[in-house]
Amino acid sequence: MAVTGIILVLFLILHMLGNLKVFTGETSFDHYAHWLRDIGKPLLPGVWFLWIQRGVLTVAVVAHIAAATALARRSRAARPVRYAHRPKVQGSYAARTMRWGGVIIMLFVIYHLLDLTTGHLNPVGDPTRPYANVVADFAPERWYVTLFYTLAVVALGFHLRHGAFSAFRSLGQQTPKGERRARTAALVFAVALCAGFLVVPFAVLTGLVS
Amino acid sequence: MNLTLRIWRQSGPEDKGRMVTYQVDDVSPDMSFLEMLDVLNERLILAGEEPVAFDHDCREGICGMCGLMINGNAHGPQRGTTACQLHMRQFKDGDTIDIEPWRARAFPVIKDLVVNRSAFDKIIAAGGYITAPTGSAPEAHSVPVAKANADAAFESAACIGCGACVAACPNGSGMLFTAAKVTQLSLLPQGQPERYTRVIGMVDAHDEAGFGGCTNAGECTVVCPKGIPLNTIGRLNRDYLKATAKRGDTPGS
Repeated sequence: MAVTGIILVLFLILHMLGNLKVFTGETSFDHYAHWLRDIGKPLLPGVWFLWIQRGVLTVAVVAHIAAATALARRSRAARPVRYAHRPKVQGSYAARTMRWGGVIIMLFVIYHLLDLTTGHLNPVGDPTRPYANVVADFAPERWYVTLFYTLAVVALGFHLRHGAFSAFRSLGQQTPKGERRARTAALVFAVALCAGFLVVPFAVLTGLVS
Repeated sequence: MNLTLRIWRQSGPEDKGRMVTYQVDDVSPDMSFLEMLDVLNERLILAGEEPVAFDHDCREGICGMCGLMINGNAHGPQRGTTACQLHMRQFKDGDTIDIEPWRARAFPVIKDLVVNRSAFDKIIAAGGYITAPTGSAPEAHSVPVAKANADAAFESAACIGCGACVAACPNGSGMLFTAAKVTQLSLLPQGQPERYTRVIGMVDAHDEAGFGGCTNAGECTVVCPKGIPLNTIGRLNRDYLKATAKRGDTPGS
């Protein structure tokens, strides 16, 4: 879980930073978006790196889900008779919502790919004009799309808040002081990533980016 | 105090079991939780009914025998306290209290609130020991131990093996217990020879017993009557990673 999660988190950081390019204007953003398809040129022919990256991410996602499924199955098997009086959440809320949160994020990623990668669910859906796609996507009359994005990103934030801390722990973080640091770092990271992702749709919604 | 208890009754391992409601009146707030159950049982016996079976031994909070899920909290609402040291003053007159056994596949119910925790013995047998010379205790100063390590080892050694961590864990995992038993030895010089075979053996025994996998949810440490900290699991993880890197130490390889 930890290793595949870290691969996905590294991608998310770059993705979030790249998204912020939207504030530099249409030409610059589109230029950046086209460059993403050509990373590695001239060492690799165009879009090769893109496909390598897609392959690595897919393997990481599949392995992450496979590990989560194995844990969930073991967890179900480990408690065949449930409590009549269900224990309330005493640890962290984020930790208890990892599985459903993960499912929500997966559904969101599928929607997100159909929206802004393939363009099927985008009102513009022109792969050569990513800036226009983004602006059309989060237009004020499509507020429900922005709402869905917000919910998904907040779910991602919760997932990362526990996930990042848990990754440190799984990889051997072992002191109480380090635990406090790891929890704080996970919280700050999750909030920062959420803010970075959400600022784009809200900038479009409020007309800051148009 | 007058209380309504909803208690899990199960006549044996094969019985399906059910929650049964009992009314207990005139409970003193100074009674311990188990004394309150004793009062209930005496009344049940006088009425010719089967008393509620529950585990207990020292009633001083150090033996690890008692263990009840009280209103969904392992060992009840008071932190750092076993069920036997919990007093009725923690409850209010007229309260309804749900009492259930630990729920885990590895802890099958024997009767009512009594579960079989021998899965913990299997984990201990898989590595919870050291190759110490038998005979009289050696001179304590002959093997110096860093104070920080001694304190951390002692913190882990406080585990009484009651199973509350398993009961509270959303995954039914016994990792806090396993981690406490692994680290109390791996932090001390006497525990070094088996350090890496121990962690592999005990985690394997844990998984084999049917406990779930740890997801660092942190529910265990909240209910632990001895306050074993969650970072103990991090110590186990670090030992486990090192051990898997040097599998050569494993018996049979």
